[in-house]
Amino acid sequence: MVIDDLIAIAEQERAARKKYVIRCCLAAGCMSSNSKGVKEALDVAVKEAGLENDVEVRGVGCMKLCCQGPLVQIDGDGQGATVRIEGNPQGPLYQRVTPEDAASLVATLKGGKTNVQRGDPAQPFFTNQVSIVLANSGIVDPERIESYIAADGYQALHDVLREMTPKDVVEAMIKSGLRGRGGAGYPTGLKWATVAKTPGNQKYVICNADEGDPGAFMDRSVLESDPHSVLEGMAIGAYAVGANQGFIYVRAEYPLAISRLQNAIKQAKQKELLGSGVFESPFNFNIDVRIGAGAFVCGEETALMSSVEGKRGSPRPRPPFPAERGLWSSPTLINNVETFANVPPIFRKGPEWFAGIGTEKSKGTKVFALAGRITNTGLLEVPMGTTLREIVEKMGGGAPDGRKIKAVQTGGPSGGCIPAEALDTPVDYDSLVKLGSIMGSGGMIVMDDTSRMVDVARFFMEFCMDESCGKCIPCRAGTVQMYHLLNKILEGKATPRDLEQLESLCDLVKNTSLCGLGQTAPNPVLSTLRFFRKEYTDLLKEDVYAGPKTDDPGQTNGGPKPEALLPVT
Amino acid sequence: MAAKTLIINGKHVSAEENATILEAATEAGISIPTLCHLDGVYDAGACRLCLVEVAGISKLLPACTTKVAEGMDVSTDTERLRKYRRMTLELLFAERNHVCAVCVSNNHCELQTLAYSQGMEHVRFEYRFPKWEVDNTHALFGMDHNRCILCTRCVRVCWHIEGAGTKNESGRGAKERIITDLNQPWGASDTCTNCGKCVMACPTGALFYKGSTVSEMERDRSKLEFIVTAREKKQWIASE
Ligand SMILES: Cc1cc2nc3c(=O)[nH]c(=O)nc-3n(C[C@H](O)[C@H](O)[C@H](O)COP(=O)(O)O)c2cc1C
Ligand code: SF4
Ligand code: FES
Repeated sequence: MVIDDLIAIAEQERAARKKYVIRCCLAAGCMSSNSKGVKEALDVAVKEAGLENDVEVRGVGCMKLCCQGPLVQIDGDGQGATVRIEGNPQGPLYQRVTPEDAASLVATLKGGKTNVQRGDPAQPFFTNQVSIVLANSGIVDPERIESYIAADGYQALHDVLREMTPKDVVEAMIKSGLRGRGGAGYPTGLKWATVAKTPGNQKYVICNADEGDPGAFMDRSVLESDPHSVLEGMAIGAYAVGANQGFIYVRAEYPLAISRLQNAIKQAKQKELLGSGVFESPFNFNIDVRIGAGAFVCGEETALMSSVEGKRGSPRPRPPFPAERGLWSSPTLINNVETFANVPPIFRKGPEWFAGIGTEKSKGTKVFALAGRITNTGLLEVPMGTTLREIVEKMGGGAPDGRKIKAVQTGGPSGGCIPAEALDTPVDYDSLVKLGSIMGSGGMIVMDDTSRMVDVARFFMEFCMDESCGKCIPCRAGTVQMYHLLNKILEGKATPRDLEQLESLCDLVKNTSLCGLGQTAPNPVLSTLRFFRKEYTDLLKEDVYAGPKTDDPGQTNGGPKPEALLPVT
Repeated sequence: MAAKTLIINGKHVSAEENATILEAATEAGISIPTLCHLDGVYDAGACRLCLVEVAGISKLLPACTTKVAEGMDVSTDTERLRKYRRMTLELLFAERNHVCAVCVSNNHCELQTLAYSQGMEHVRFEYRFPKWEVDNTHALFGMDHNRCILCTRCVRVCWHIEGAGTKNESGRGAKERIITDLNQPWGASDTCTNCGKCVMACPTGALFYKGSTVSEMERDRSKLEFIVTAREKKQWIASE
């Protein structure tokens, strides 16, 4: 494969385009409401109408407004227009399509009418999105590499391999200002630089696709909708740091993402875009998929690597960081799915372009999975710095049934609840941390005035308790006690002393746990206590016990001095 | 090998370049509470009792896995650390069924000794009273899960000193437990070499020699160190 071959594939693909493209979402959300049946019915309807030469029915990735699925959109205006924009965002959009609707949808191409529910592509949910990571989502066919190549795919990899040194690549990444999308927001360029500079004959690249936060489905959507962008991003990363082997760690609960990835890897190998001597350069790179059993802790990087090695997925103390000692003790670059998916566009359009989007310290866009008590459940990508209000009220359409939004939870079990009063906060890494939450990987759960915040805290605590790996004491035993105390509070059996104990446990678990799971597990409790303390205190009953206070470290209550208790030796 | 100078509790201490804070402190006669650490076996950093404060670093660092650095200013015994250690110990006592009075390890138990030394007089957390079984199927040893604190010393010793790989962990969180092979009765294990190293390594009465009743058991830990010294330094003497 040389660049001319790549361009030829793209041109051939574009030349073969038909007058109309009916795009039908085949991502997991719509698939669960039978979009596969819709796609098949559309194929049949096109044939029956004798339009095979004019119409392509294309299975595509996520079209974002998941709650209205199955979604179908038609490129071309549906009135017989001859000019057609690829992935026309204004094309007629149909919602909740059933296989029975197929014939009437196809008939619209010949001026017919249909009663299928029309979606509004001009609503803010769509128009306020800025697509970098999701640029191909809902447009290209994720199962055909040619479709990705026609969207300029793998050109960035070519330019990187043939025109840039690894050092140039790292510098461009630093210039772009991209920060990791897996949760902590670590500067990606800096991470690449560290791995690149660490000596080692064998290095690895890992893509973290464990996505364990409840309510989050951004990474899954990216993998299902545009797997090649992740592969291309990984290959560019591998070239920058000097790795020749990559792994994508996906949870077994994502069978569609896994099969699309495996298919994409196979096609990329066939086209010699992975393997040895990519673009006839000395660069060799292979990618394998590793399937995880869906433990939340296996998203933590050291646990993930242990799992890839075939061992029990439990974290180990850092340092040493993976950049220094990672997979099989070799220097390893580990990034999130969305982080890698940002890489090809950065090299296609230039790091300056990327750095021009977002805020001063948070560049680019962020994909959020909007869920909970919100009208428009789905996937949205907005520039960093967009306010929460814009996202949940304008784009998300507010809470359903005329209810009021009470809080927005970001960052999953590691994050916190942001009260409605703070909705004007811009979404960037640092502003969210100031509010006691985190950006996290992009789960955004909306709560309305029917939600009880102590309940919310208990939900996340139960999650952390169940998902704790059990290695370190504060997290393993502390989450059990915190969960117990939250239950006690909800049952109306707790006293102010219990609340005090809960708070001192938060302090302990946050500061002494080994890995990020334990260190952040108290966040949902701490943030609800910070903004909704009254909901806790309202549930407490009178304290009748007058003993020593729970948080008194000395707490001798008149007993013997500690030394006096030592066994006689 | 270059030496490093650091400060521990206000005292200047010199340490070997690759030493951990724990090793440097021990050499200087400063004791730091530990539970999952065992001389001669690689560290897990799991119990968090050895956490120390290092000036200029906001996170607490485990002394057993953190390497010394030049000029490092370490505090091992602040009020905050004492508070955390006590709470951590209380969490352990509340987690399973630790009843010293009827335990084979009474007075020879690291958990018990630590609780004394940290001034833990009672437990402020609600006892969970879980129901754990006892595996008495092995001819020589027994395992009482009620007394296990999941320090994983037995697992590490079994894999890395004996090389048998019999002891393993299964489950996670509060449901985690030590298992034999792929979770079969200890007596049915065909990988166990009956070496008894796991029993020597256990800090509590969870692993015990059969036939020892309350308070009777003592362990021979010098044997572990002897083997490691023999292996690594080719010296057939136990140090001290
Ligand atoms: C308990 C826990 C779970 C995590 N789960 C994920 C995950 O599902 N996906 C992910 O990308 N990162 C996850 N992380 C963060 C990773 O450890 C790591 O920081 C990340 O993959 C680095 O990639 P980035 O720099 O591109 O963000 C998790 C961290 C912790 C502590
Ligand atoms: S903090 Fe929790 S998940 Fe992390 S190592 Fe400790 S027990 Fe395991
Ligand atoms: S002895 Fe260091 S963490 Fe247990």
